[in-house]
Amino acid sequence: MATIKEESTGRLTHIWDSERVLAPVMIAPAILYIAVLVGVPFFLAIYYSLSDATTGDPSLNFVGLRNFLAVLNDSVFRRSLKNTFIFTFVSQLLVLVLAKVLALALIKEFRGKWLVRFLILLPWTAPIALGTIGWLWILDSIFSPIDWVLRYLGLLGAPDAILGTNSNLYWLGVPSLAMLSVIVVHTWRMLPLATVILLAGLTAIPQEILDAAEVDGAGFWRRLFQVMIPLLLPIMTIAVLFGVVFTFTDIAVVYVLTQGGPVHSTQVLASWAFFKGIEAGDLAQGAAVALFLFPVMAGVAALMLRLARRTEVT
Amino acid sequence: MASFKRLGRLGSLYGVLALFALFAAFPFFWMVITSFKRAHDLYTLENNPFLFNEPPTMEHLHGLFFDTLFVKYLVNTVVVGIAVVAITLVVAVPAAYSLARWAGRWGENLGIAIFLTYLVPPTLLFIPLSRVIGALGVQESLWSLILVYPTFTIPFCTWLLMGFFKSIPQDIEEQALVDGYSRFGAMVRIVLPLSISGILTVVVFAFTLSMHEFIYALAFISSSALKTVSIGVPTELVGEFFEWGPLMAGALIPSIPVAFLYTLFLDRFIAGFTVGAIK
Repeated sequence: MATIKEESTGRLTHIWDSERVLAPVMIAPAILYIAVLVGVPFFLAIYYSLSDATTGDPSLNFVGLRNFLAVLNDSVFRRSLKNTFIFTFVSQLLVLVLAKVLALALIKEFRGKWLVRFLILLPWTAPIALGTIGWLWILDSIFSPIDWVLRYLGLLGAPDAILGTNSNLYWLGVPSLAMLSVIVVHTWRMLPLATVILLAGLTAIPQEILDAAEVDGAGFWRRLFQVMIPLLLPIMTIAVLFGVVFTFTDIAVVYVLTQGGPVHSTQVLASWAFFKGIEAGDLAQGAAVALFLFPVMAGVAALMLRLARRTEVT
Repeated sequence: MASFKRLGRLGSLYGVLALFALFAAFPFFWMVITSFKRAHDLYTLENNPFLFNEPPTMEHLHGLFFDTLFVKYLVNTVVVGIAVVAITLVVAVPAAYSLARWAGRWGENLGIAIFLTYLVPPTLLFIPLSRVIGALGVQESLWSLILVYPTFTIPFCTWLLMGFFKSIPQDIEEQALVDGYSRFGAMVRIVLPLSISGILTVVVFAFTLSMHEFIYALAFISSSALKTVSIGVPTELVGEFFEWGPLMAGALIPSIPVAFLYTLFLDRFIAGFTVGAIK
């Protein structure tokens, strides 16, 4: 089919017609771009982590695994590693359960759906750094509206109040509450994405299957656990994988909310890498800290690949 | 009886939805209230914080626009966004078309590989990239962001566009070839106009993703006048005077339009995320 005009015109048209030339030429810029600005920095990260580079003295001397040993011996790093896993695991567990409930509610038709949808999606659609500023003010040490409500209900700030006689809980000033706050904000942020992904999966389940199950006498819970959830498993996996990617590697929530404090109790890998690598100027150790993100991301990528392959075959 | 039961079901549906909507939107609702509340009202502990105990005021908005660099942050954000959209389109459209039409098995794998680079987190790359940016001589300039943001918009948008191009029947192009278009001409004149909605989606996403970005901007830009809203508002407005009124207004104003735009296009975005998992 590509030969029709070839006789009448010259070589130039021939190039515009040749798939052998066009295909690689058109895809090359994308590959080049990614190779230079993702591939190169990735290997640089590994290289830095094995060197003694600092922002002041970027000359590289090979120091072997010294940075990794130094990092592993650092209690702040171990705390960050642990926190990263805790925050990701707990928030994703909450997200999965809540998203299921919310998706089942949102699949129904009702009035004002677009408004409800807009509001529910806000945590994901608005820039996370800005949304977190809202939380910063909600969790303020003195003017927190949550504290105000608790005081109003007599649960806080009265002589015999359950939550203590202080007039505030100091959400971001007490390690356990600060951790809880970070988890809540992560859950808040990822819930919309997981919900819409699940919703997409729910709408793809043929209604006949659910009807058939109902006719066969399966109640709501049996339909949920024995029909819907098994059918939704691949899409739930996708939702969780994206949730893990975004939560595990996020820095904005911790940076805006607590800066890793109080006393590093909410520090995570990403924020610790930033404080070490950029603010303190220790490129080598910063890179070493950030590289600990890699195994989990590689695992997620492998799982995604398997899912993609599997659905390709069917 | 039956209608009572239905009413109850409807009631619990609305109840569940109201609870979730409250949880999701509360920080933004709180921004709205704070933006218009007088300082005296905000910082009086005895006042009910959910009500306007004194008449609303525009003073915070005025302060935000005239006493801070907020407008500058908005301009920077839009400049970076537009440039990133342009680079993304120029690189991703041909790549996606090529992958959708001409590549066989290896192309499929290449497409997945490109998408997977979207999963390489910026928090892993920002330290070495800060040196690459220095080596390119664009540190402390918006160019650093313009160059780096396409590293996450290109993979995602290529993936999305691939889906769109695949959904356009190949017969249309073959007809165009019969009509005397070159292979390239058929793509530009016939396929691209048909993919306008896909391209629009990509424009919206490249823009919103670059507006959302935080870590690269935080690591590469330290001079106040060059910051984007995502980092300018949390670092400069908090640091400068820590007045909650202007800060909340500064967080709210950029959030609402971008959230609106994002919501309009979300379904297509999700279709890209879940390609293959729904059959």
